[in-house]
Parts: sequence; C-alpha cells; structure tokens
Amino acid sequence: MNTASSMHRRPVQRLVSWLVLAAVLVIVVVFRQQLGLNAELLERLKTNFTNNFIVDQRWRWLLSGLGQTILITVFAVALGVVIGLSIALIKVLEHNGKKLFFLTRFANLYLTVIRGTPVVVQLLIIYYVIFGSVNISKVLVASLAFGINSGAYVAEIIRAGILAVDRGQMEAGRSLGLTYSVAMRRIVLPQAIKNILPALFNELITLLKETAVAGYIAVADLTRSGDMIRSRTFDAFMPLLAVALIYLLIVMMLTRLMARVERRLRRSDHR
Amino acid sequence: MITVKGLEKRFGDNLVLNQIDAQIEMGEKIVVVGPSGSGKSTFLRCINRLDEPTAGEIWVENELITDPACDINRVRQKMGMVFQHFNLFPHLTVGGNITMAPLHLGLYKADGARKRALELLDRVGLADRIDDYPVRLSGGQKQRVAIARALAMNPKIMLFDEPTSALDPEMIGEVLDVMTELAREGMTMMVVTHEMGFARKIASRVMFIDDGVIAEAAPPAELFDHPKNPRTKAFLSKVLPH
Repeated sequence: MNTASSMHRRPVQRLVSWLVLAAVLVIVVVFRQQLGLNAELLERLKTNFTNNFIVDQRWRWLLSGLGQTILITVFAVALGVVIGLSIALIKVLEHNGKKLFFLTRFANLYLTVIRGTPVVVQLLIIYYVIFGSVNISKVLVASLAFGINSGAYVAEIIRAGILAVDRGQMEAGRSLGLTYSVAMRRIVLPQAIKNILPALFNELITLLKETAVAGYIAVADLTRSGDMIRSRTFDAFMPLLAVALIYLLIVMMLTRLMARVERRLRRSDHR
Repeated sequence: MITVKGLEKRFGDNLVLNQIDAQIEMGEKIVVVGPSGSGKSTFLRCINRLDEPTAGEIWVENELITDPACDINRVRQKMGMVFQHFNLFPHLTVGGNITMAPLHLGLYKADGARKRALELLDRVGLADRIDDYPVRLSGGQKQRVAIARALAMNPKIMLFDEPTSALDPEMIGEVLDVMTELAREGMTMMVVTHEMGFARKIASRVMFIDDGVIAEAAPPAELFDHPKNPRTKAFLSKVLPH
C-alpha cells in the first residue's frame, strides 16, 4: 500500500526539484552582476576547467582512478563477506554453546585488532610489513587490506542478523529432526538475510569511501588521481570538487538501489 | 515407551528439575500441570533434549537418548513437538512448513509430500490454506498448522508445550479440539497446559510438578477430586473454578 502512494508522489517530487533548479539558474543569470559573475570570472573558470581536465587528457586520470577505486571496493566487499560470514558463524556457534576451542579465540582476536586500529595503519602494515619484501600489486594489497578490515564489520552485521531471528525457529527445526547446520541454512539464514542486507549495503557505501586512503601506498585511486591533477595544475578547487562529486554520485546511486531492494524485502512481509 | 530416571536440570546455580523419575507407556496421554516456573516446560523440553539434562537418564523405546553417542536427530524424528509460540517458518508457505523437514530427510518424494500435507491440513481443517504464508493465519490456525507440521514426520509421541497459552480465548477451543481428536486416535501425548478441563477430559494420568519435582501423579479424577499432596490441593484451589 505504501508503494502505491509513493509511485504517485515520485513524478511530482521530480517536477518540484526541476522547478527549484530552474529557479536557481534564472536567479544566477538575472543577478550575475551582483554575484560578481562577470565575463572575466567565467573565462577564468573555463581556463581552469581546460587546464585541469582537458590538457594532457587529465580527465582520463580521474576515469582510471575511478576504475581502481571500484576494483578495490568490489574485491574488498567480496573478501569482506567471505571473512565476515565465517567469523559470524563462529560467533553464533559459540553463542549456541558449541565448543570451538581456538577458533573463537582467533575470531575475537581478529575482531578486537581490526576494529581497534585505524584502517590506514592496517593498510600501511600490510603493505610495508607483511608484503614489505615481496613484489606484489598495490591494488591487490589494497583490496586485501580493505577486505580484511571490512570483514570485521560484516561479521558483526551478519552475527546480529542471525541472532535477531527468534530462537524458536532453530528449536522448531531441530525438533523435526533436522541437524543444526540444515536448520541454520534452510530456516535461520533465509530469515536473517532480511536483517543483514540493508546493513551490508551500508557497509559497501562506507567501504567505497574508505578506499580513498589507498593513496597512502601510492595506489592511483580516484582520490589520489584528483590529488595528482592538483599537484600538476596547482589548482585545488576543480579536481577535488570533481572527485567529491563522483563519490557523491556513486553513493547516491547505491543508496537508491538499496532503497529499492529494501522495499522489495519488506513487501514479502505482508504477502 | 519413555523412561526417565533421576533427571536433573540446572541453569547455572538454579536447580530447575530435581531427581525426576517417570514412566510413560505407549498410548498414554500425560498432562503436566503446575505453577509457572515449576519446571514443567523444562521437563518436556528435556525429553527431546531441546534442553540438555545435566544428570539422569532418558530412555526412548529402549534407547538411552542421554548418551552422547546417541543420534538425537533420528530420535527427534519420532517425537513431534508443538510450541507455545507456534514457531512456524515465516519464509515458507503453510505447505512448505509441513513438507520441508520430511522432504529434506527423505520421508516422501515431492508429489507425495504435498498430498500428505493436504491430508494433514484436512485433519486440522485448513486444507484450503496450503499455499498461504503463516502471516495470513490467526493464532489458532497457526497452531493447527504447527500440529500438522509435527504430524508430518509420523511421530510416535507428540509433545505439547503450553500449546494454547499464547492464544486469544476464542481460539483455544479449535486447537484443543484437534488435540482431543488426536488423543482419541490413540496418539501417545505429553501435554504441558493450564487447561484443566482438557486435562480432565483426555488425560490418562496427570502429573503435578512443583519446585522441580513430580509432587503427585494420578488419573485426572483422582488428582483433581481427591488430591493427596497438600501442595497439589493448594495449587488446584487457585486454578479450578470455585
């Protein structure tokens, strides 16, 4: 029922936002003198734009930087989900009174260390200490570092999602003679997904932005590329604003996608 | 069929069941009553080891199920359980709820399973709801589906853990009717409940549990009308209509 009304509302909202944008443009054009938007300034902006993005085809730096950022994020998310699911299952098994000996200790150590130290420091340690004497792709190192980091947060998301499923569900499954792992896979996890997915999406967005520190180990990601343009042109405004806008656009797109997925998940609640 | 010897259950320092001995024969209908917190639900949950006993022995059909080497999953297949809060699987249809475990454990093939689900649903009066999701059902309907789900495993004994306690009063009757019918068909049953009228009607024996021990066990006419233990008398004077 909610979906029906929002479907009616959306074109109206879109119209309003276009109207606001048009009004702003009109005001800018009419009051350009008062705003100091004279021909000279416009000319300067145009030159800056050309210098920062067109000369040397510098826009390509941003493009390849964006590619690296996306590559690192996708690999890191995949690794993070694998690690996170494993650690979460260890924690849930422990919660359910199974004895796992060193595994729980390892999981707790991992969670404590990863969540207790800054991701930049982890990145530097993995690059300079762990792989210090090995010749290895920086993008791979960054993917590993962000994946290992993200795994700790994903583990908490998945663990909380599983524990939020009523324990009667597991008991009902076990009372029918299903094993713990079958009841977990066929009964608990399908319900936990609903709790997990929105938070996991959020983690993806966070991770995308966190990879901006990959430049610390000289990966030419989006942020580093913008900064490289700045160091060439000695103009900070244009390249950094462009970088910020690109991040913003991607995050907005992901947020929209998440809203759509969430709506679909909710729909199955009252079928 | 079931023999319990010296059963003890502790939660931490809290002794919930203290040296319970009991014998349940095939076809018996045991109704367990007692004040809340007396350990009656724990007693029931120990019998299929949803709660692990801390000491004592439980034998089911001459098999020691408290033995760590015992395959409890196989034993549970012949012990159906119905919960206070139904615990239907919300992500599966009514039919899916009933057929999921039997299909997974290889009791039926897919088409046979649906036919069996329809039969069972017909028995609890809900055959037309087979493709609905549990969220569409009332509490009484949910509990009747839960009973059908437990029956789908062809259990030899059914355990009921306060099956009507979470229901609105007008829905209690429909669930008790299904249980009465089941009792009449000869199912071995163990029921924890506060429905004394139901106990009087179907029980072969009523066990009164208080403070972790079976204070008194007797056929309903005897236990309700001529209780011997003063604690039974005190309890009954509170719950029976005056």
